[in-house]
Amino acid sequence: MGKLKTITRRAFLVGTAAVAGGVTFGTYMVNKPHDNPLADDLADTEASFNPWVKISKDGITLITPHADIGQGAKHVQALLLAEELDVNLDQIKTDFGTPSPAYWNTAMGNEGAPFLSTDESIGATAARSMMTALIKVLGMQITGGSSTVPDSFDKLRQAAASARETLKLAAANRTGIEVDKLRTENAQVILPDGTAMSYTDLAAEAASFEPVQNVNLRNPDQWRLIGKPTERLDTIAKSTGRAQFGIDLKLPGLVYAAVKTNPRQGAPMNSFNADSAKSMRGVKQIVPLSNGAAVVADNTWRAFQAVNQIEFDWAEADYPANMDGHWELVESSFQESRLDKLWRDEGDAVTALADTAPITASYKAPYVAHQPLEPLNVTIQFDGKTAEVWTGHQIPQMVQQQVANVLGIEPTAVAFHNQMSGGSFGHRLEFEHIKQAAEIALELQNTPIKLTYSREEDFAHDFPRQIGMARAQGKVSNGHIEAIDIQVATASSSRSQMGRSGMALAGPDSQIVAGVWNLPYNIEHLRVRGYAVEGVAPTSSWRSVGASSGGFFIESFIDELIHAAEADPLAERIRLANTSVTRQVLEAVGELSNWGSEMGANRARGIACVESFGVTCAQVVEVSLQGDKVKIDRVYVVADVGQIVDPVNFENQVQGGVVWGLGHAMNCEITYQDGMAQQSNFHMHTGIRIQQCPEIIVKGLENAQQVKGIGEPPVPPAAPALANAIFALTGQRLREMPFNKSISFV
Amino acid sequence: MKLTVDGQTHEIDVEPNMPLLWALRDEIGLTDPKFGCGMAQCGACTVHIDGNAVKSCVMPVSAVQGEVTTIQGLGDADALHAVQQAWLDHQVAQCGYCQAGQMMAAASFLAKNNNPSEEEIDAAMQSNLCRCGTYPRIRQAVKSAASAMREA
Ligand code: FES
Ligand code: FES
Repeated sequence: MGKLKTITRRAFLVGTAAVAGGVTFGTYMVNKPHDNPLADDLADTEASFNPWVKISKDGITLITPHADIGQGAKHVQALLLAEELDVNLDQIKTDFGTPSPAYWNTAMGNEGAPFLSTDESIGATAARSMMTALIKVLGMQITGGSSTVPDSFDKLRQAAASARETLKLAAANRTGIEVDKLRTENAQVILPDGTAMSYTDLAAEAASFEPVQNVNLRNPDQWRLIGKPTERLDTIAKSTGRAQFGIDLKLPGLVYAAVKTNPRQGAPMNSFNADSAKSMRGVKQIVPLSNGAAVVADNTWRAFQAVNQIEFDWAEADYPANMDGHWELVESSFQESRLDKLWRDEGDAVTALADTAPITASYKAPYVAHQPLEPLNVTIQFDGKTAEVWTGHQIPQMVQQQVANVLGIEPTAVAFHNQMSGGSFGHRLEFEHIKQAAEIALELQNTPIKLTYSREEDFAHDFPRQIGMARAQGKVSNGHIEAIDIQVATASSSRSQMGRSGMALAGPDSQIVAGVWNLPYNIEHLRVRGYAVEGVAPTSSWRSVGASSGGFFIESFIDELIHAAEADPLAERIRLANTSVTRQVLEAVGELSNWGSEMGANRARGIACVESFGVTCAQVVEVSLQGDKVKIDRVYVVADVGQIVDPVNFENQVQGGVVWGLGHAMNCEITYQDGMAQQSNFHMHTGIRIQQCPEIIVKGLENAQQVKGIGEPPVPPAAPALANAIFALTGQRLREMPFNKSISFV
Repeated sequence: MKLTVDGQTHEIDVEPNMPLLWALRDEIGLTDPKFGCGMAQCGACTVHIDGNAVKSCVMPVSAVQGEVTTIQGLGDADALHAVQQAWLDHQVAQCGYCQAGQMMAAASFLAKNNNPSEEEIDAAMQSNLCRCGTYPRIRQAVKSAASAMREA
């Protein structure tokens, strides 16, 4: 545990009664809490203390509004609440809750503001709090950017502590015993003589008290749950194979839909002919969509079959038809007029690099698809006035908004039920499938419709990770890195993504240079410039976003320079470490991997260290040569998140992040031909299968000041650590992903 | 046509070429076998036919000869199959979407070989994709389940 002693108190605790609403935006709204959405439909015997805790005669419900896309968000949120509420995880139910601005994300703004995480200057702090204020005013309840833990860590514990103290107040009132003589455990208030009063019994009375504010949070040494291995709340369902996801939803009278829309992303449809589809068995209706058509049938497979029979005439894409054109747009972006921002300019890189022939290199990162294993799907029902929507999504209120737009109703008339998701990796931030479902519902009212994407449709419409390149120059002297001048040109996935929702990104996009501009080293002469590539295919946030390509660029180049300087890759990185957190992460990964030890013939190791989402993560990859193929034997990972909330889930997330980073760097890219993605299913874009998966050894550190999430930070170092290991093994420098274009893996 | 699933017989009226997966999911209403790819690339739809692991998304319903078992027929929370117990002990799942299929593949494989080598485990499990990357834990869980099955 680091020095997380000072808890920032945020004004968010709300009363049992709804706070009066208001429409004025500004500091007043920023400082006042949002209304408690649970207050609206409480029964007489129920009490809600704040938007996260609901207690009735029948039980305790904890609301876990961050979407569970497989990262264990539901469990982590419940655990933080249970810790301070003094309940056990088997004494509660959880609910994703209804979308509400009260669940606005307090942590997401930190990532959006273009300042280094180490920058605590007034400007940086002010920008972060402005971003945070903006997200609050918009009431953005969003899951993403590894922000669930940072958003929840203080907020949920305070909410639960407030509920606990209010329940004690009710018990004191009933018994006449002073509050400070009472304690709580096991969902009960315990009187001095040992008598136990259950929370559920006290709930109705507690509702008449103003919630206790300014509660002291427990010291870490009193924690029962945080930092200890716990059984994830969804483990039983998922280990028995009985877990049900959005795609499994059953409703009386449900019909099944499939769609086909222009595979040239974003382009319209000229015409279609559904004559042969219409008469196929089980087909109920053909519904024209704004850029394609839908089939509604009595079985998903029949809908798939029929939609494949429709003949379409598609319009051309507004991006280049083939990859040569895409790469030309990337390469031509390194020019002053395309400069998005000069991000770092320290020392004098230009002069330092002027006198000698610098070391130069350029790197490429392709488009890559998200493709979580559960295909996109959404169930919807519209009765002409109100709609209900069931799907797994990371931005619930925007789902309501998008559906409302299509149906011509108010967002408040759209009831949204978030569903357990079979993965996302950024895919469930998009709205195309939701808008299509709403278009179908408009035609087919009073009928519940489940739209399921075929894998092929899902691939065709996956908005991939940004395509991009870096050009770097560097200089070494006396065995050390002296200067780096690096330019990064990528598509702005943030602008592309926000543009699809009608929003504009104000200012430069820090994701273009993520992982690069915040490199965890002090370089004497450093210049970092970002360029926005325009006119390529639409892109979106892909697990770890900009750092997934940026980490590869910078850590590959750092490695090239270290080899040119004939220094040790670990020792030189430690020498350059920008903070004590970075230094300790590097030292720990060195120790864990036994760096420097003799490995024997045909074996080698490589290292990389990247900061993303405020977390420094270092990895050592061990590889061996088997014939002429490379095998990845082991990966050692160290990451510092300030506080590990659940060590089991932490390890699982880190391992998954490494697998994600390696698998796509080795084997995956999306390429466009005639404006359409050529990869249509997992045989062409697998990621990794078990036989290629290395052993992954994980260690978490808790030296960092702030508590951070771990969903994304393990991804960026994996690709460069592997490339650097392959260089150490074979002398071949891999400067372009996927690596299987250049070498073969076992 | 008749289909026996988890010990129950269902009468269904479908095209002979409808994949077993969609007969199970949309006709009978058994949604534990998941749809992932529809072309035998991911294993999310794995069920047993007379104990053999089969990708139900490419198995025409007319070609099914024998009894179908889904994960529900393998075991449940009150009577866990050794594989489910191992998955629970190692907390394998992240999103969990692939895991019913993973467990079905493991159960059928271990029934034939309860003392597998690392290579045999990888070979048996390689057609089951996990996009969340739970492979390190799947390996551990398969080994635990194997040793439990050896002792049983
Ligand atoms: S859905 Fe059957 S193998 Fe993927
Ligand atoms: S746990 Fe998510 S796909 Fe395997």
